[in-house]
Formats: sequence, structure tokens, C-alpha cells
Amino acid sequence: MRVDVPVDDGVFAITPDGPRLLGTRCTACGTYTFPRQSGCPSCTGTEMLDVQLAPRGTLWTWTVQGFPPKAPPYIGESDPARFVPFGVGYVELPGQLKVEGRLTESDPSRLQIGMQMDLVVVPLSGDDAGNRVVTYAFRPICAAGS
Amino acid sequence: MTGVAIVGIGMHAFGRTDGVSGLEQGAAAVRRALADAGASWSDMQFAVGGSASAGSADSLVSTLGLTGLQFTNVANGCATGGTALFTAASAILAGTYDVGVAVGFDKHERGAFRVDSRSAGLGDWYGASGLALTTQFFGMKLNRYMHEHAITRRTLAKVAAKAFRNGAANPMAWRRKPLSEEEVLASSMLSYPLTQYMFCSPGEGGVALVLCRADQARRYSDRPVYLKAVVVRSRRFGSFEVLAPSLALEHNAGPTVDASSAAYEQAGIAPQDVDVAQLQDTETGAEIMHMAENGFCADGDQEQWIADGETEIGGRLPINTDGGCLANGEPIGASGLRQVYESVLQLRGDAGDRQVPGQPRVAYTHVYGAPGISGVTILSR
Repeated sequence: MRVDVPVDDGVFAITPDGPRLLGTRCTACGTYTFPRQSGCPSCTGTEMLDVQLAPRGTLWTWTVQGFPPKAPPYIGESDPARFVPFGVGYVELPGQLKVEGRLTESDPSRLQIGMQMDLVVVPLSGDDAGNRVVTYAFRPICAAGS
Repeated sequence: MTGVAIVGIGMHAFGRTDGVSGLEQGAAAVRRALADAGASWSDMQFAVGGSASAGSADSLVSTLGLTGLQFTNVANGCATGGTALFTAASAILAGTYDVGVAVGFDKHERGAFRVDSRSAGLGDWYGASGLALTTQFFGMKLNRYMHEHAITRRTLAKVAAKAFRNGAANPMAWRRKPLSEEEVLASSMLSYPLTQYMFCSPGEGGVALVLCRADQARRYSDRPVYLKAVVVRSRRFGSFEVLAPSLALEHNAGPTVDASSAAYEQAGIAPQDVDVAQLQDTETGAEIMHMAENGFCADGDQEQWIADGETEIGGRLPINTDGGCLANGEPIGASGLRQVYESVLQLRGDAGDRQVPGQPRVAYTHVYGAPGISGVTILSR
């Protein structure tokens, strides 16, 4: 059976409702963090509650990674002949924080600050049996119909 | 209390120098700075230095001479040079020493910086997922800024063309061939909206300064330059920085604004008093955004300033007169001290074909880098 393995199971979880980012919320001041951390960057509090973050938000800014990242640390395709550019952006999760992640869209004409995005997973690498190491990514919600 | 003076400057040419180690480039810079000050290595009471990728600065004593002086290594990302200067100046201000050296040098592999996720306090997943690239941050910060403040791609190209024009007039620069705005815009897109020639490249080079108590400056130089402020700041909650898996909803201006305002206060100097500025230009958008963050203009005014040539040599505020990081490359340990070197040349009137007219009196330098750190100095004759 083929399985999708998160690149780090402390960063996001694959749930029956789809992938969910794993963050923390400060019990003293309500500040959210991603990924999880033991102290609050805002009020310096140390009681942090594990939470799942909202799976939807709006695109706050973006770029396109136009050249292959060095491997290591990158585990995706780094051969310049086969590399395909990918989008990267920050998505603002309402009332929580802005999360950085890959985007499923890499065409600048189809990316706009303020557009609605939801959370998916994308493959980074695979083995011969069809198992995939996946990471999280944001996808334009309107992409399917446009 | 006395202040601190810069009485000697030395540089090893920036760029690629095959067969010469980063440490040797640092040693060459120190020897030139000593010669400039008319001093010898054995006169130096202490030294502070750093590099990110080219070895421990204190091993320079093997080649410069085992005189037994106190030598402190510093490492502070892109503010390593600024931190060497801060540390050296503090030792003199404290009255511990009268005269010493600050040195920075580096030699990086080709291509974009390879980020060590763990040493940056991030998990391995971050680099594995293709997010550990400083270039992405610069593209994203700039894309948002252009969206909010109506800066155009043409303006990005103008800044690059200026850098390579100034670099062509600088014998120590790496990139000495002028490039047109069209060539800059047509080069390959690395991180939207930034093309290849809008980015600087990791490189090599070394810079050293001889610093002393201001009241002893005339022993070494008839044209001392005084350090009016030297400030290094890290990020506060809510700022937008390189290598950040998340950002707060609330916005804070960032370490450049903090370092800049502290430096103006320390120096008792206002932005409009500055005659020449060297601002971190990892890419052309950074120079544009840093003009506002350092207090020289309001957000969005850069479009008109640059169209009017105000940041050119001869303009209202010449910026990156030596070609900046774009023309000199970025050897991390040396970059901040290169800016001070150029400032001293300009204040002495020794900058040759790229000399700012009107005998500038006040110079300003600014570095920014991972993981959200800024260093600012203000210098005067």
C-alpha cells in the first residue's frame, strides 16, 4: 500500500479532514506560533497550548522559486534539467498568524495578493514502491473553476 | 570621555580570487590598514574579527605575528563586520585599550547561500521543503512592498544599473561592467519579481580598520574619521524577516528602523544631515525599501527619487557609491566593513572617479541580514 509520509510529523498532520498545520497558542496572551514552540515570542510566557491551525486563509505575499534549491537540504528535484519552479508565499490565517509555505501555483499571472487559499500536501520525493514524502502547500481555492 | 576614530583602512579586492584563502585576504586587508595608519601590527593592543565561511579570524595572528594581543572572534550573520566594529569601538570607549583592529573577510561557495536550518533554529523539514532560501524572503518582502507603495519594475532595474555603473568606477569591485536597465530586466527570473542581475552574489573579500581613541587620532592620520554611532539590533515581535516559517498578524517596523533611529539619536545627527549612504542591497528592492527604513524618505517616494537621479553620485543623497553588494558581491564577514571603508574614502575625498562632490561631511552605513539583524554606523570628518 502506498503511503504519504509527512516531511516532519511535528509540523503538520494528515487527518480525515485533510492536512492540518500544528501550532501553539500562548495561554497568557493568545499569540499563535507555527511551528510549535515552548515559549511565546510576544509576551515571553512559557505555557503554550498545542493547536491545529485554520486550513484556509488569504495570500499575503508571494514569490516564485525560479532555480533549484541546493541539495541538501532540499529533498525535492534539484537537477536543473528537470526542476520546475514552484510558488512560495505567506498565507494569513484569520485571527491567528501568517504561515509561510509552498504554493501549488507558480504562474505570476495567476497569483494575487488577497486571494483565498486552502491547505493541501504536495510530494517532495518518492520511492520505488510509490510511497511519497510530502510537505504542506497552499492552493488557490478558485483554481479548479477558472 | 573621548570618542573613537578610524585612522587606517585596508581592503583586499572583492570578487573571486582563486588560490587565495579568505584568511589570506583578511591578512592583506590588515596589512594595508596598518600601512594606511602608519602603524605596525606590534602597535595593536587588541583585534576583533570574523568570517562566516573562511575560518577563525584569530588564526590571523599566525601570519600577522604572534604578539600576544587580545583577539576576539565575532560571529553575527550578516552583521558580523558591524559587530566587529561595535566590539572594537566599545573596548576603546570603555578605556580598556587605545588602539586596535577590526577585520572581516570571507570566501563563499558559488551560488545562493546554503542555509543550515538547524543552526538557524529551524527544523530540517524547512530546508527539505525548499523554503530555506534567503532569496525567497527578498522576493516576498519586495512583492508586498511594491503592492502597497506602487514601486515599479523599471525602478528596480534603475537601481541595478546604478550599482554596476558605480562598480565600474571602483577598482576594488567585482562586477565592473555597466549593464543597461533592459539587460537587467531581461536576465533570468530568480525569485519573482527579482531577476538575476537584481541580486548580489555570495563572493570573497576582506576589509580591516585601525581604530583608536579620538584624542590620539592625529598620531596616526591627518584625516581621521570619527565614529559618531555604531548600533546593532535584532528583530522584535511582529517584524517580517528572512527564514521565518510564520509571521505575526501585527506589524512591527523591524530591526533596521530600530537600529537607524538609535544611531541618529546616539550621533545627534538627522537623516537630512547625511551626505552619502551605503545601504544593504542584497537585491535592488532592498536598497529601495531601506531608503525609507533608514529615514531618508517616506514609503513610496523612492519611485520619484530614483527617476530624478537623487541617489546617483551628484544627487541629493548618493547611495552605494562603490557599487554596493550588487557590484561587490557579499562576503558576509567583510560586507559591513566594506561600507565603512567606502565611507572613509568619501569623507577623505579619496574616492577617485566616484567621489561625491561638495566635500561630504557625514556618511551612513547599514547592513541587514539573516535572521533579522541590522547594523548601522554614522561617521563624520
